[in-house]
Amino acid sequence: MSRSRPGGAEPRTGRPRQGWRDTVAALPWIGPALILIFGVVLFPAVVMFVNSTRDISISGVDKGSVGLDNYVEVFSFPYFWPIFVRTIVWVVVVVAATVVISLGLAQILNKAFPGRRIVRLAVIIPWAASVVMTTMVVYYGLEPYFGIINTFLVDVGLVDTPEGYGWTRNPDTAFAWSIVVAVFVSLPFTTYTILAGLQTVPGEVLEAAKMDGAGPARTYFGVVLPQLRSALAVAVLINIINVFNSLPILKVMTGSIPGYDADTIMTLIFKYIQNQHKVDVASALSVVAFVIVIVIVAVYVRVVKPMKEI
Amino acid sequence: MAITVAAPGLEPIEAPTPSGRRRTYTEDQVPLGKLIVRMLAGLIVLLVFILPYTIMFFGSVKTKAQIRSVDPTYFPTEWHWENYLNMWSTPETPLVQNLISTIVISVFATLLVLLVAMPAAYYTARFAFPGRMVFLFLVIVTQMLQPAVLTSGLFRQFVALDLIDTWAAMIFINAAFNLSFAVWIMHSFFAGVPKEVDEAAQIDGAGRLAVLFRINLPLVWPGIVTAIVFTFVACWNEFAASLVILSTAGNQPLSVALTKFVGQYETSWHYVFGVSIVAIIPVVVLFMLIEKRLVGGLTAGSVK
Repeated sequence: MSRSRPGGAEPRTGRPRQGWRDTVAALPWIGPALILIFGVVLFPAVVMFVNSTRDISISGVDKGSVGLDNYVEVFSFPYFWPIFVRTIVWVVVVVAATVVISLGLAQILNKAFPGRRIVRLAVIIPWAASVVMTTMVVYYGLEPYFGIINTFLVDVGLVDTPEGYGWTRNPDTAFAWSIVVAVFVSLPFTTYTILAGLQTVPGEVLEAAKMDGAGPARTYFGVVLPQLRSALAVAVLINIINVFNSLPILKVMTGSIPGYDADTIMTLIFKYIQNQHKVDVASALSVVAFVIVIVIVAVYVRVVKPMKEI
Repeated sequence: MAITVAAPGLEPIEAPTPSGRRRTYTEDQVPLGKLIVRMLAGLIVLLVFILPYTIMFFGSVKTKAQIRSVDPTYFPTEWHWENYLNMWSTPETPLVQNLISTIVISVFATLLVLLVAMPAAYYTARFAFPGRMVFLFLVIVTQMLQPAVLTSGLFRQFVALDLIDTWAAMIFINAAFNLSFAVWIMHSFFAGVPKEVDEAAQIDGAGRLAVLFRINLPLVWPGIVTAIVFTFVACWNEFAASLVILSTAGNQPLSVALTKFVGQYETSWHYVFGVSIVAIIPVVVLFMLIEKRLVGGLTAGSVK
C-alpha cells in the first residue's frame, strides 16, 4: 500500500513509473466497485447475449441453442417495424421538445426576480417525484366523465363531450399524452443543466454585445447559445438514453390497451417477459435495443463530442 | 456552499460546487415593468410544475364517490383526512409492506453505494496507477446502461442465484446502476482537494483511512450528500427492474404496487393519490436540500 504516491487528479502524461504493484495496491479501494459493476451490470449483459441464442421454456428451462431463431422471431414480428419507427419518434420528439422548452425555462429562471428561488424549487418536483406517480395522476385526469383534465378540456370548450376522446383508450392519443408526460418529467434535469451552462457565460461578453448594439435576440442566438454548446450536448445525450429506456410512462398510459399500436421497443421487451414469458425472445430484442443505444451514443459522441475532458 | 479549499489557480466558476448565486446578467438595475413580467412568467412556471401534484393532493382528500363523480369538482368540497389512515388497508395491494419494501431497498442500496463508491472515488482522484483510466472508463460505460435494457439478463441471473423475488436482488441492482454517478460526483469533489493537504497529514503520521475520513470528508461532504440524495431518490423511484424481479405483492415497492390500480374496474384513485403524496414529499424535500448543487455540481466533470 505504501508504494503508491499521492498523485494529482490529472492523468499522467509521461510513462507511468509504477507497475502492477500499484494496481494491486488500488484493489482494496476499487475492488468492491469492480465486483458490483462486473457482477450486476456486465455479467447480466453477457447472460442476456447468451440467452438470446437459446431456447428457454416458459418455466425457465434452457433447452439448448437455437442459433439466431430468436432474432428471426423479433424481426419477423409484424408489428416490429412500426414499433421501431414509433421508438424513434418517441425519442426524437420528446428530447427535441424538452430541450426547446428547457431553453426558455432556463432563461426565465436565470433572470433575477423576487420569488425566483421558490419557482426553481417547484421546477425540481417532477425530477424527484416518482415518474409512475406523476403519470398516474395524468392517467386519472384523462379518464372519461370523472377525469379532471378531461373535465377542464370540456369546460373550456376544447372537447365536446365529457366522454372525452377516450384519451387513454385509444393508442394514438394515449401515446401523444405519454409524450407530454415524458417531456414534463424531463424538463427539470434539462433546465438545470442549461442553467449550469448559463453560469459559464462571462458577463463581459454580454456587456460587449450590448455595447456593439446587439439586441436581446441577437445576443441570445449569437453569444449565449454557442456558449451553451457543451451543456446542451450533455443534456441531450443523457435525455436520449433516459427516454429510450423509459418504461413507466408508457406502461401506465398505454399498458391496458390491447395490441401493439402504442408500444416502443422497451415496452415490447416487457410484454415478452411478463405476458408471454419468452425470456429468450425478450433477450434477443434487448440485445437489439442495446445495440441501438450503443450506436446512437457512439454516433452522437463522435459528432458532438460532448465530453472532451474525460 | 462551495468547497472551502480551492485548488490554486482554479477560477471559482470551475470549482465543483459553484455557489448558488450567479454573477452575470442581473447586476444592473431592473425596471419595475420588466420585473413584473418576469414575476408573471415565474408564476406561470410555478403553477404548471405544481399542477399535477396539486391535483394529486386535492384528489387524496376526496371520497371515492367524489373522485369518481361524473360531475367532478376542481377543489375538494370537504376534506377527508381519514383517507390517509384508511388507504393503507386497501385490498388491491399490501401498501404497508410496499412502503417498507421501498424504504428497505432504498436505504440499503444507498448504504452499499456509499460504502463502495467512496473509497473508489477517493483513490482514483488521489493516486495514479496502471488501469486507473480503464476503471474510470468502465464507470462511464455503466452510466450509459440502465436496468430496463438489461432486465432479461438480470432476471435469468437472479433466478440462477436463487435471489429472484428478494429485496437483496433489488438492493444489488439499484446499487450497481447508481454506482457510476456516485463515483463520478465524489471523484470530482475529491479531486478538488489539493493533494498537499493529504501529504501534510501523512507526514504527521496519519494512515490512509485517517486521511480519508478525518481530512477529506469534512471538505467534500457536499459531494457525498449530493451522491447520497441522488442515489436514494433514484432507488426510491426505481420501476423497471423491480417490476420483473419482484413478483410477490408484499415484496414490491410502491412504484410497482401502485400500477396495479390502473385499469381496475373501480380504481380507488383517492388512495392512490394519498399514497403518492406520502411517497413523494420526502424525496422532494431531499432534492430541495441539494438544489444549489443541482446547478453545476451535478454536471461537474462533464460540463466545462
